[in-house]
Amino acid sequence: MGTLWFWIVALMLVAYVVLDGFDIGVGIAYLFVARTEPERQQAMRSIGPFWDGNEVWLLAAGGTLFFAFPLLYASAFSGFYLPLMIVLWLLILRAVSIELRSHSAEPLWRTFFDALFTLSSVLLAIFYGAALANVVRGVPIGADDYFFLPLWTNWQPGAHPGILDWYTVTGGVLALVALSVHGSLYLALKTEGDLEQRSRSFAMKAWPVLLLLTLAGLPLTVLARPHSLDSYLAHPVLFVIPCAVLASLFVVVLATRRGSAMTAFLGSSVYLASMMAGAVIGLFPVLLPAVGSEGRDITIANALAGSHTLHIGLVWWTFGILLAILYFSVIHWLFRGKVAQNAEGYGH
Amino acid sequence: MDALSLHRIHFAFTVTYHYLFPQLTMGLALLIVVIKSLAIKTGEEKYDIAARFWAKIFAVNFLLGVVTGIPMEFQFGTNWSEFSRRTGGVIGMPLAMEGIFSFFLESAFLGLFLFGEKRLSRWMHWWSAFLVFVGSWISGFFIIITDAWMQHPVAYHVTPSGLYEVSSFWGLMLNPWAWLQYAHNMCGSVVTASFVMASVGALYLLLRRDEVYGRTFLKLGVISGVLSCIMMIFPTGDLHAKYMAKHQPAAVAAMEGLFNSETGAPLVLLGQPDVEAQKIDNPIVVNKVLSFLIYGTTTAEVQGLNQIPRDQWPTTLPLLFYAYHIMAGLGTYFLLLMGLAAILLWRGSLFTARWLLWPILLSFPLPYIANTAGWMTAEIGRQPWLVYGLIRTAQGYSTHVGAGSSLFTLLGFLGMYAVLSILWIVLVYNFIQDGPIAASVEAAADSGEAA
Repeated sequence: MGTLWFWIVALMLVAYVVLDGFDIGVGIAYLFVARTEPERQQAMRSIGPFWDGNEVWLLAAGGTLFFAFPLLYASAFSGFYLPLMIVLWLLILRAVSIELRSHSAEPLWRTFFDALFTLSSVLLAIFYGAALANVVRGVPIGADDYFFLPLWTNWQPGAHPGILDWYTVTGGVLALVALSVHGSLYLALKTEGDLEQRSRSFAMKAWPVLLLLTLAGLPLTVLARPHSLDSYLAHPVLFVIPCAVLASLFVVVLATRRGSAMTAFLGSSVYLASMMAGAVIGLFPVLLPAVGSEGRDITIANALAGSHTLHIGLVWWTFGILLAILYFSVIHWLFRGKVAQNAEGYGH
Repeated sequence: MDALSLHRIHFAFTVTYHYLFPQLTMGLALLIVVIKSLAIKTGEEKYDIAARFWAKIFAVNFLLGVVTGIPMEFQFGTNWSEFSRRTGGVIGMPLAMEGIFSFFLESAFLGLFLFGEKRLSRWMHWWSAFLVFVGSWISGFFIIITDAWMQHPVAYHVTPSGLYEVSSFWGLMLNPWAWLQYAHNMCGSVVTASFVMASVGALYLLLRRDEVYGRTFLKLGVISGVLSCIMMIFPTGDLHAKYMAKHQPAAVAAMEGLFNSETGAPLVLLGQPDVEAQKIDNPIVVNKVLSFLIYGTTTAEVQGLNQIPRDQWPTTLPLLFYAYHIMAGLGTYFLLLMGLAAILLWRGSLFTARWLLWPILLSFPLPYIANTAGWMTAEIGRQPWLVYGLIRTAQGYSTHVGAGSSLFTLLGFLGMYAVLSILWIVLVYNFIQDGPIAASVEAAADSGEAA
């Protein structure tokens, strides 16, 4: 039961990263690829009907985490207090900039929200990457199952780490580059004209950096937390995941060269999903590793909610998620195809 | 200030600010469905235009509700981690269900409702409005299931390590407290939306512009206003208070300012509680009414605070007393105002009664105050408990998050929300200034352009 809920939460987080990842990525690439006002409207309209629903995956995953693993929710959310609050503020600023830019035709108003959109998207990507790297590296959990991390200490991942050290910052930069590729591939898929061209070449310029950071990621992770390899060594078949990571990266570049925007976007979706899967397998069955003291890991076993709760949960969760998938399919089908280049009216 | 107080203010401030938006959007979603239904039934274009106008106002308020709502879910873990750890096995369930059953529905169909009018048939567009309404009311339901469990914990058992777990799913979902509170709360939300709609209508009539819409908004606002005001007081408010008197006697005694148990207890209309002297200063009372309101007879005994151990008294008693009296006083005023307006509407003289249009115009902030005061009554009345009778508030906060961190982020939210408030005022002012027809033209362009 615990393992099942572990994978349910992981799956929801993957859905969040792949889905909200593309609209955050659009935000990162936005200022660089969408230069004129019609292009910016086109970019905004490409995510307009979707970004809010994508963000719901974060809320739904958070709620499910709270419900299935209350101890993890309590410990991690209070321990990562400062970065989480910063993430909240960034989410607010980003949502506001997407929705409010169109409410005035005043160029100054729009320029302000354009800059805010890109800035908040960039910082969010970095914080998400750093957050995942924090979980992979581990935190100094106390005897009472709690911890509190300062924003930084000596920038080393040792026994007294901060939120930011060389490993987590690398994770942040990796996420930034990965989402910018993902987002610009989405733009290339959903837009046309110069914007489509520029998005594609933006993705291709960022791609070598992403390859480099991805290749560096594995040894750095083993350096930061040697136990990361345990699951893989016990079940060598799992090395298929890192292979999927690399394969999908090459799919991205090959598909883009051949002009198949959909395949390229799916490739980067698989890339993000397998990166997440790789990290999660490295953790399993631990949820949040402890550093500096043995045996204080927060694990599936010690964080799991009661079995009656979880059994009931399985019923409504399955039903609810099927409904959600239905809604998403309807919306994507209704708004399928490219966003027209010279549409009338103002954009969303 | 100590960490506990700061964590309390942190949650109180962010949740109070957050609820300014859903209290409008939940009620407004219902009114928009009514307008869309009228559009289909009558075939008159003014209803389509009216729906587009209110959709614009809805969208901005919905957005602010979403962005201020995300911090609420996070704060259970960040600021109240010990509470989350111990009760996550219960309240985690309704909170997760809110995300899965409500947020997906709302976000998907709101996009369709706002951008899809041109690509959907009339009925499909009506359905998208209806599903946004359903989603927002489901969201409110699960939040109230959560709060009701804190007010009146049911259907749980405690593990040997002191964790709370659901023992019966239906027991949790059918908590009587929740259904009473939900009914009362949703009436309050419709009251807010009705006042806002009536107020905009009154404004247009007073300005002698867009009078077709002024009359439509005023009429709808007054009809739904008078209905929701009545239901807010009776039966929902009445039943909720009676149930509360049974299960939270300390809260009711403090709300009513009843320091000593009395048979034939009086209702204090006005006064200032003096906690030291345990009496009400300058009281204006109506004899025996409190006993009647709670027990239906003027001779019943109502439990006073003297029968309750001092360490179980609500901690900020005067604030509770005032919040409750503000809520009840405003609720009475709402009924009088809307009742009067409804009579004039019936007799056909409301639209020219400028003397009444003025108070309708100016009263729109008051339901926000009343709803806020109502929630303060509920949550301060619950003190000193976090989960009534089980966990004290002082046992629930994140002890590892210091006062400094909490103060820092509280100030951050204050600043952030000040900016949001300014943006809200600018946008809503612009919508009302531009008027329904301009909003309709823009909305048509919005939904057409993606085709």
